[in-house]
Amino acid sequence: MPQLGESVTEGTITRWLKAEGDEVAIDEPLAEVDTDKVNAELPSPVAGKIEKFLVSEGSTVDVGTEIALVAVAGESDSPASDAPPQENTAADAPTEEFPASGTEAQPAAQDTERQQEVAHAGGDGRGEIEDAETLRLTRSSPVVRRLAEEHGVEITEIPGTGTGGRVTRKDIEGYIEEQEEREEYAPPGLQEEREAFEEPEPEIERVPVYEGDRVEDLTGTRRAIANRMSASKRQAPHAWTMVEVDVSGLAALREREKAAFAEREGINLTYLPFIVEAVVESLREHPVLNSVWDEDRIILRKRINVGVAVDLEDALIVPVIADADELNLVGLARKVDDLVRRARARQLGTEDISGGTFTVNNPGALGSVVSTPIINHPQAAILSAEAIVKRPVVIDDAIAVRSMMNLEVSFDHRVLDGGAALKFLNAVKRRLEAYGPESDTG
Amino acid sequence: MATKNLLQAIYEGLAEEMRSDESVMVLGEDVGRAGGVFRVTQGLQEEFGTARVMDTPLAESLIVGSAIGLSVNGMRPVAEIQFADFIPPAFDQIVSEAAKFHYRSNGDWNCPITIRAPYGVVPGGALYHSQSIEAWFCNTPGLKVVAPTFPADAKAMIKSAIRDPNPVLFLEHKRTYRLIKEEVPDEDHEVPLGEARVHREGADITVVAYGLMLYTALAVAEKLSEDHGIETEVVDPRTLYPLDKETILDSARRTGKVLVISEANLTGSVSGEIAAIVAREAFEWLDGPVMRLGAPDVPAAAFAKPMMDYFVPSAEEIEAAMLELARY
Repeated sequence: MPQLGESVTEGTITRWLKAEGDEVAIDEPLAEVDTDKVNAELPSPVAGKIEKFLVSEGSTVDVGTEIALVAVAGESDSPASDAPPQENTAADAPTEEFPASGTEAQPAAQDTERQQEVAHAGGDGRGEIEDAETLRLTRSSPVVRRLAEEHGVEITEIPGTGTGGRVTRKDIEGYIEEQEEREEYAPPGLQEEREAFEEPEPEIERVPVYEGDRVEDLTGTRRAIANRMSASKRQAPHAWTMVEVDVSGLAALREREKAAFAEREGINLTYLPFIVEAVVESLREHPVLNSVWDEDRIILRKRINVGVAVDLEDALIVPVIADADELNLVGLARKVDDLVRRARARQLGTEDISGGTFTVNNPGALGSVVSTPIINHPQAAILSAEAIVKRPVVIDDAIAVRSMMNLEVSFDHRVLDGGAALKFLNAVKRRLEAYGPESDTG
Repeated sequence: MATKNLLQAIYEGLAEEMRSDESVMVLGEDVGRAGGVFRVTQGLQEEFGTARVMDTPLAESLIVGSAIGLSVNGMRPVAEIQFADFIPPAFDQIVSEAAKFHYRSNGDWNCPITIRAPYGVVPGGALYHSQSIEAWFCNTPGLKVVAPTFPADAKAMIKSAIRDPNPVLFLEHKRTYRLIKEEVPDEDHEVPLGEARVHREGADITVVAYGLMLYTALAVAEKLSEDHGIETEVVDPRTLYPLDKETILDSARRTGKVLVISEANLTGSVSGEIAAIVAREAFEWLDGPVMRLGAPDVPAAAFAKPMMDYFVPSAEEIEAAMLELARY
């Protein structure tokens, strides 16, 4: 894997542009490579016949990792030693590796694959025969393999001093001894003491307490909120964006319908079900907002379970509308009403507050016009709907008084970028602005 | 105890056995009046008479065939083949008769003969006086093949060979006859057949060698220790058939690196057998390829000295191979 830019340390082979057995010319594109800086075609540094791909499509490997073997015509692989030919196990095929195999251990990312491949090639007549230099680094020798297995050590992690950087018996014995010594140097004493030493309690830096201050111990809920908010801010790089929504039509509709709705359905018609409905439909269009970061992958959720933040006097709780996409406006209104009432009565069960895939925050109900919510980790994003206020806005070069609402998302920038966030936000905006006084609320 | 070379040690062993056992006798070309071409048997005819130290015609089949007949009639003959290169005419007697006697008679008859044969490259020896013929016989159950290199071992082992109830081929490397000297015990020192000897202990590599190659390997081992701090364990099999597998494997398992050296033609050699045993039975301990050094597959060492030198693994080649293995 060549270095495709400064500070680029790894790359993903997104597609091989050639097949094993193909001829490749010098500088002919060999693969498509994705790095955190660029997506590029990888030109072949040599001309020859592709013997083997060492990295499969979709794999991410460190810069410097061998990714393919290309047999170069007219060059002969010099045997590894001057031993008589009977002893020589080197493959006959002239093989040029790039980058040239050094004495450094193979990067860990490739280990598993490489090991399996080597195992497969292991003289059973089924696999291709690996060249001696590669085998020397990964298999080393029978005694090294046995010691590695006995002590649970990866051969490729040990710096080798033998032929071609091979790990010798002395290398692995020294390595194991070093590890054992390190263990022995752990502080002496009772097991409890040792554990205490190994994991020192972080010292709490106390805030000064002045006369008249009241000190309150944390409640379980407060501590849970603290931990979750800290974890989210620490782990997810938050980005934030906002659009203005003209909800004059929606406001007029609600004004016209709220009495009839209350009488018909037995609940108040708030803005929240409209917002949730617009969010759910927009999530279906932009599923990346309805996803979860999972270290080396992103999981796009099929179900749309929308959490609704409910402010309690001393806490915040987020009940979840499961399968929100299966409910119509009335259904959503009923569900929201039910959850909010039960939340305030502290009657929510675990099933009511788990499984959320996206969260809607509604600080507008408290009069907020702008907020920067913290993502409900590990979800990818959270939407905030602000207070609807009448403001002078310019429409067709005239100033008009309209009911305006700010709509924002905070999103995990690892999962998506501003473009995707705004496409989603504008989809929600389009839906909310489409409501007019004559729209249906049934 | 006195310092003796290989010739003197073998003479002493023969003479002591002849003194203590009247059935022991010597026969071969020029072994009597002339005292043998290498003077190993010099003085034996004067001491024991022409009946027990017998000159024979130039007929190796007859020498070994007579020895077999004498042995089954109560004698313990020591037959000398003047040069190992001359042994083929006696091949049938050795392989098909002597080696099979005990087995063919269902254990009723023994065949206690010893066949001495000088082998190995010697300057000017050329085609008929240079060959290492041990592999021909190390594939013959019923026969024992021994090749002691050091004088004390040779004296003890010629006695063990004579006392053995069945045929033993006793190989003596010509070049080491006067080259190697060591203290040889006067008393009845015993070395059983089938036991190897560790000449030098070392943790880094194992060299298994016999004959002149053993002598050279020991010198190179000292050099590597001084120059590079590489410690070589040098194992002398002493008996080539059957091999002392345990001693060889014990060393192989401790060092994990084995080089086998002999001056025989490499293909089909005893070195190949040793390498195969190590590769199979010490596999999990190996830390490098099992290596061999030997003569190329050409008929024999040449008369011309540069060609003869090329034929036999040199100290430089041995050092390079040992270093390669140590650094592998």
